[in-house]
Amino acid sequence: MPDTTFLDSTELVLNMGPQHPSTHGVLRVILKLDGEKVLGTDCVIGYLHRGVEKIAENRTWAQFNPYVDRMDYVAAISNGLGYCLAVEKLLNIEAPPRAQAVRVILTELNRIASHLLWLGTHALDIGAITPVFYCLREREEALKIFEKYCGARLTTHCFRIGGLQYETYDGFEKDCEAFCDWFAPKIAEYEELLTNNRIWVSRLKDVGILSGDECKEFGVTGPVLRAAGVKWDLRKAQPYSGYEKYDFDIPTRENGDTYDRYMVRMEEMRQSARIVRQAVAAIPEGPIMGKVGKVIKPAVGEAYVSIEAPKGELGYYVVSDGSTQPYRVRVRPPSYVNLQALDRMVRGGLIADVVAIIGTLDIVLGEIDR
Amino acid sequence: MADEQKPGSPDAPLPEGGEAAKPPATPPAEAKPAAPKPAPPKPAPAHAAPPKPPATMAATPWDTDLSRDLKDRFAGQVTETSTYLGQNFAVVKPDAVIAVLEYLKLEADFDYLVDITAVDWPKRADRFDLVYVLYSFSRNERMRVKTYVADGYQPETAVGVHLTANWLEREVFDMFGISFAGHPDMRRILMPEDWQGYPLRKDYGIIQQDERWVQENLGIESGQ
Repeated sequence: MPDTTFLDSTELVLNMGPQHPSTHGVLRVILKLDGEKVLGTDCVIGYLHRGVEKIAENRTWAQFNPYVDRMDYVAAISNGLGYCLAVEKLLNIEAPPRAQAVRVILTELNRIASHLLWLGTHALDIGAITPVFYCLREREEALKIFEKYCGARLTTHCFRIGGLQYETYDGFEKDCEAFCDWFAPKIAEYEELLTNNRIWVSRLKDVGILSGDECKEFGVTGPVLRAAGVKWDLRKAQPYSGYEKYDFDIPTRENGDTYDRYMVRMEEMRQSARIVRQAVAAIPEGPIMGKVGKVIKPAVGEAYVSIEAPKGELGYYVVSDGSTQPYRVRVRPPSYVNLQALDRMVRGGLIADVVAIIGTLDIVLGEIDR
Repeated sequence: MADEQKPGSPDAPLPEGGEAAKPPATPPAEAKPAAPKPAPPKPAPAHAAPPKPPATMAATPWDTDLSRDLKDRFAGQVTETSTYLGQNFAVVKPDAVIAVLEYLKLEADFDYLVDITAVDWPKRADRFDLVYVLYSFSRNERMRVKTYVADGYQPETAVGVHLTANWLEREVFDMFGISFAGHPDMRRILMPEDWQGYPLRKDYGIIQQDERWVQENLGIESGQ
């Protein structure tokens, strides 16, 4: 046998992460490379696994509510909304109209905050340093509204099963409107920095293409799916919390590349601001909690409820055995499912594109590992 | 229905709560004995203040073209088509799941496999519920395919029908120890690869851990 060294092989296995600035958390990607070309990947996840679904089985229905915020911690309000809706479905109740309107406002503000963090860090990965400062500045204003409303900025625990814990504070409507007025022009500013920027365009165009059919095969949802030309958004397809009352568009693009996903998310921020404006203008009067007992004890049964989280379809499959504790809470996290398509997207591309593609998937490891 | 907890005040919540089912439940019981005075039913409400929830899910039959079609085509394999809280599901024999998923995808447009998960019922002979959540873009409709499998049974993988099943099945294997036959990459996904035990099984304690793994890999006595 002749002695072979690693120099004789054209293939190289490279480890990226789990401590890497552009894997957005503790994601480890094992890359098989031929020069700069990616031949294949394997994702290693679970570094942040806390056993959230196991914890749920050992808490009461209400006690588990704060835990869901720790999954997708940049869009905690969406997590809470999904969980509350799922348990409300099991109880066969609905939150009162006022609670629903406030839920929509906060969830959409959170979508903006989530997209802003995505935009800032994604641009940072590509090498554009400026946007992240602007994005975090604007996100701060949204977080301030959350803080004023419930006292917390990130893991907010805003909602309760059956409605809201807190009445809105004095000036809540004004703050939300002021935020929308102030924020909407900022999107044009980001676009000015990026949309036609030659470096930005050449780094993103035709990179990491995922067609609509491939998205469906992989179960990929959210902006990634819409960038591939599939006009599907759960807020429109199966409206919840009164989304059918608001007038908004679902932005879509055709190519399904990284650039299109960027464009879709930019437009989504505009649409979210539009929803917030409409919702704020028409918050109905009335109670903020529905008829829910002190002890939450759903009848024996099961339900699957999902919402359009900033990253895609966030689903909860909840099973009750008739006791005060969940028998099973399964979380269907959008990031987990979307990440699975990474291998398809990076194969045959360049190693530099891996960073762009991980960024464009907008994953949160807290949600993937749970 | 959840609020009727306090035994002291059974009367107050009655008009509001979904109690409609309770009063009609008594007449049949009275009808049989016919003669005895209504004394036994009377103490019953006082005692039954926490109305016993039905031990099984109060699902109603699901009867549409699709459910009939499924039952016809997979006679004997699709054992139940029901709906609960407006959500439809079909219970299928374990060896027919992949055929049903394939049929639903190709003929009924359920082209998006949303989720695969399991529920552990340790006292049941077929211990696990294996649940496939499906969605159809063209119908804008959801349904679930459920099957009951025993511990050690290897269900066939769904990767051949839906690519997304790959990681979803790996997670089910990781958490419940249900190994899928024919899966291209049946490894753990969230837990360390050499971890012993399946955390989401009901007999796995909340603070239980693989102590050998913790000691060898973390160099500490206990992770707790």
